[in-house]
Amino acid sequence: MNIFVCVKQVPDTETKIIPTSDGSFIETASIKWIMNPYDEFAVEQALLVKQTNPAANVTVVRVGSTKDTEALRTAMAMGADDAILVDAADNLDSYSIAKALKGAIDKSGKKPDLILTGKQAIDDDALQVPQILAEMLKLPSVAVVVGFELSGTAVKAKREVEGGAIEVYELSTPCVIAANKGLNTPRYASLPGIMKAKKKPLAQHSLADVGVSDADRRVKYSGFRLPPEKPAGKKFDATDATKQREVVAQVVGLLRTEAKVI
Amino acid sequence: MANVLVFTEVHDGHVKPVTLEILGKLAGQTADVAVIGDLSAEQVSLLAKNGAQNVHKLKGANLDKYSPEGYANALSEFIKGKNYDYVFGGATSMGKDLLPRLATKFDAGLASDVVNFTFDGGSFAGTRPLFAGKCLAKVELTGPKPHFVSIRPNALGMTANPTAGSGTASDVNANAGDIRAAIKEMIKATSTKVDLTEANIIVTGGRAMKNAENFKILNELADVIGATVGASRAAVDSGFAPHAMQVGQTGKTVAPTLYIACGVSGAIQHLAGMRTSKVIVAINSDPDAPIFTRADYGIVGDLFQVVPVLTEEFKKLLGK
Amino acid sequence: MDFSLSTEQREIQELALKFARNEMIPQAHEHDEKGKFPDEIFRKAWELGLINTCIPPEYGGTGFSAVDGVIISEALAYGCMGMNTSFMANDLALLPIVIGGNDEQKKRFLTPFTQEFRIASFCLTEPGNGSDAGGIKTQIKDGGDHWIINGEKMWITNAGYAHLFVVYGTVDVNLKHKGISAIVVDPKTVGIELGKKEDKMGHRSSDTRGVRFNNVKVPKENMLGKPGDGWAIAMNTLDHSRPLVASSALGGAQRALDLSIAYAKDRTQFGVPIAKHQAVQFMIAEMGMKVEAARLLVYKASWMCDQGVRNTEVASYAKAFASDSCMQITTDAVQIYGGYGYSREYPVEKLMRDAKLIQIYEGTSQIQRLVMARELLK
Repeated sequence: MNIFVCVKQVPDTETKIIPTSDGSFIETASIKWIMNPYDEFAVEQALLVKQTNPAANVTVVRVGSTKDTEALRTAMAMGADDAILVDAADNLDSYSIAKALKGAIDKSGKKPDLILTGKQAIDDDALQVPQILAEMLKLPSVAVVVGFELSGTAVKAKREVEGGAIEVYELSTPCVIAANKGLNTPRYASLPGIMKAKKKPLAQHSLADVGVSDADRRVKYSGFRLPPEKPAGKKFDATDATKQREVVAQVVGLLRTEAKVI
Repeated sequence: MANVLVFTEVHDGHVKPVTLEILGKLAGQTADVAVIGDLSAEQVSLLAKNGAQNVHKLKGANLDKYSPEGYANALSEFIKGKNYDYVFGGATSMGKDLLPRLATKFDAGLASDVVNFTFDGGSFAGTRPLFAGKCLAKVELTGPKPHFVSIRPNALGMTANPTAGSGTASDVNANAGDIRAAIKEMIKATSTKVDLTEANIIVTGGRAMKNAENFKILNELADVIGATVGASRAAVDSGFAPHAMQVGQTGKTVAPTLYIACGVSGAIQHLAGMRTSKVIVAINSDPDAPIFTRADYGIVGDLFQVVPVLTEEFKKLLGK
Repeated sequence: MDFSLSTEQREIQELALKFARNEMIPQAHEHDEKGKFPDEIFRKAWELGLINTCIPPEYGGTGFSAVDGVIISEALAYGCMGMNTSFMANDLALLPIVIGGNDEQKKRFLTPFTQEFRIASFCLTEPGNGSDAGGIKTQIKDGGDHWIINGEKMWITNAGYAHLFVVYGTVDVNLKHKGISAIVVDPKTVGIELGKKEDKMGHRSSDTRGVRFNNVKVPKENMLGKPGDGWAIAMNTLDHSRPLVASSALGGAQRALDLSIAYAKDRTQFGVPIAKHQAVQFMIAEMGMKVEAARLLVYKASWMCDQGVRNTEVASYAKAFASDSCMQITTDAVQIYGGYGYSREYPVEKLMRDAKLIQIYEGTSQIQRLVMARELLK
């Protein structure tokens, strides 16, 4: 059984995000990189499947800069068998990333039975790669998965939608599953795992090797800037009983139109 | 002037509000609407009022429930050869799942979770947040058309006086095609509340709640807006709420999008637990309470009067 | 000269810090308050390979260098100095076996620690002999086909939970340190009596007791080296264990510094965050300077171990400087927090209480200075 897990390397959530002076991207020099948190659930699920299918092979794939390899090393330290890295800039769009992932999977010579990803990457929050990849590979997919069962080739996937409701999908492998928080509890990489990871195979390709070029970009970002400063807090007087409803209605309205939180 | 198709999600017979937000903002472009399934004349009028020229109702077998493949197959077949420059949709659970797959069928790009946009001579330019909202960027699309855009609900807001469209409705035979991943069961959301540390909306009671029974009014508010109820240390120490509900230095640390503090003074121990809340609303009868220095919206008043009114106003806003 | 951590060391540090933040910090307050032994957390740490870093790979260990060991220990101490004292006590007990044991003993005693979760204690200090370790009075008498131990030990970490004791005693009090011998003892042996758990100022989650030995019979094969080899084994052990203990002070100091910086940026007084007041700025500057200097001493002392170079002088610098600095830094952290710092609700008063012990155990700051002077004036 061949399981592929697609991981992305993203800035740590505590990192201060500073746009470059020309607004073309963000300053990356002092960023601490981590594995995209949602991808941890994907790696863990792959390892859980491998536990019940010991002959299964777990390959972790990443498209991004070769400068830092944290995400792949962490996945292998957790228990993935081997890794593929496609050397690319860290600001590729979802379409290019998906195409590169497909190219890398095709090039591995291993026919995928199960492809796992996180539901979104916390850098661009695009939520597209799993579905684009599935469509490119002509496979069914379920995203925002909080429950997963595999029996032979039969998959039961619980998808979380608005309001916390669950859609239960049934499908067969091969398929693409995009993990959400709560799917499982990701294991720590153990220290012996970290030492063993050093010896695991890591194949490296260029974008050209996997059939991707600049012409594959579909989404262009520019004008990176900090969001406007939060305005100073507003205070409303609701001590007068006759004006109370008006004041409260005003605040509720602002929560919708200004703060946009409800 | 761009030719735009707006995919519209229907819930309980009503079009999702984000569609109306999108149509309103598309004034100046030609906007059609596509819906999977049937739509009442009343809803078609609503769409027309907000700018829809044509409303296409795609009907066919196996389209009664959402499936990414079924909907993508039906819509792509409809869109082929129609010369749409852009396809818009709401960035809802369904939209976020459907649009990337649909776009890929056209080898096209999708600008997702866009919060604002303009059309410059028929060319789309959007704004979207990145890095969990820590920065904003301009987003544009390139490559094969149509280009796809998903819009974050509630970001555009409703247009005050939208330009109406002709709203011509028609039925279209739609083909769901081969569906390999289908919904076999729906599980409704449980009524058990989300844990404080995971909650998106929190309502907290402080010492001014006076006793445990009074937390009832907070529970009522929480039920309407889908919040989890917390308590300050003072309330817990006084026995008004169990320790599990405590937010603060020795309680839970929370990071909701909306935090409503009722009768909470805002002592430093409490702030330690909720300071990263995105939007803070405070209700307190003391205008000098420290919590007001942190609140985005402060309401000076008696919480026993204000909270029930707040509950009613939220009910009105959310159509409950 | 490369001062940076290798990629692998950074990963090791990442894992240890992740464990400290997720598993230790949320539990530290309760374990301290209740004096609760952290057996679940200890076990989890062992399962991840964070414990017993001194065991060589030939006997089932992971193959960490001394520098790797202090990186891990610093990270765990960042989580809780008290819990780390329990974790470190394993290494302090196993090191004499690594240093003075023969191949058979290492297989018999060390390997099981790599196969299942076990706890160890080393027993050196006595009620009447702390700094004057050379004068310990616990007797190891030759009983023919076994040794017989009689005596009393004090302040033994992990005593209530240990699967293995390494005990220092003397075969002849008159020989002074030349009679000192090290021997491995099964805590379940008849005649061993555990005292009650001590009620301490800090490191309260660590189980500390007196241990009484009444005609305890120990197999001849359990002595490390020959009678009289104990002092050299102990001195050699200290060269490894002092940097390790120093790294615990370092981890605690770093935590105090991080908390102080966060608080100073948040707390406002006189209209501004207190981080804008020079008095606070100077305290934080001192803290940062001392943490960095302590780290360099700890790493160098451990690096010298890995080079096989005698490091007694630098190990003493590291232990004294890191622990004395930690005391100052944690005291200043409480000061920066002001009234809130004095309250048990906030994490810094525990750090101050924990810091004190590190100036005392593993050789007091005063003994360290004697060692340094002796080395310097040779």
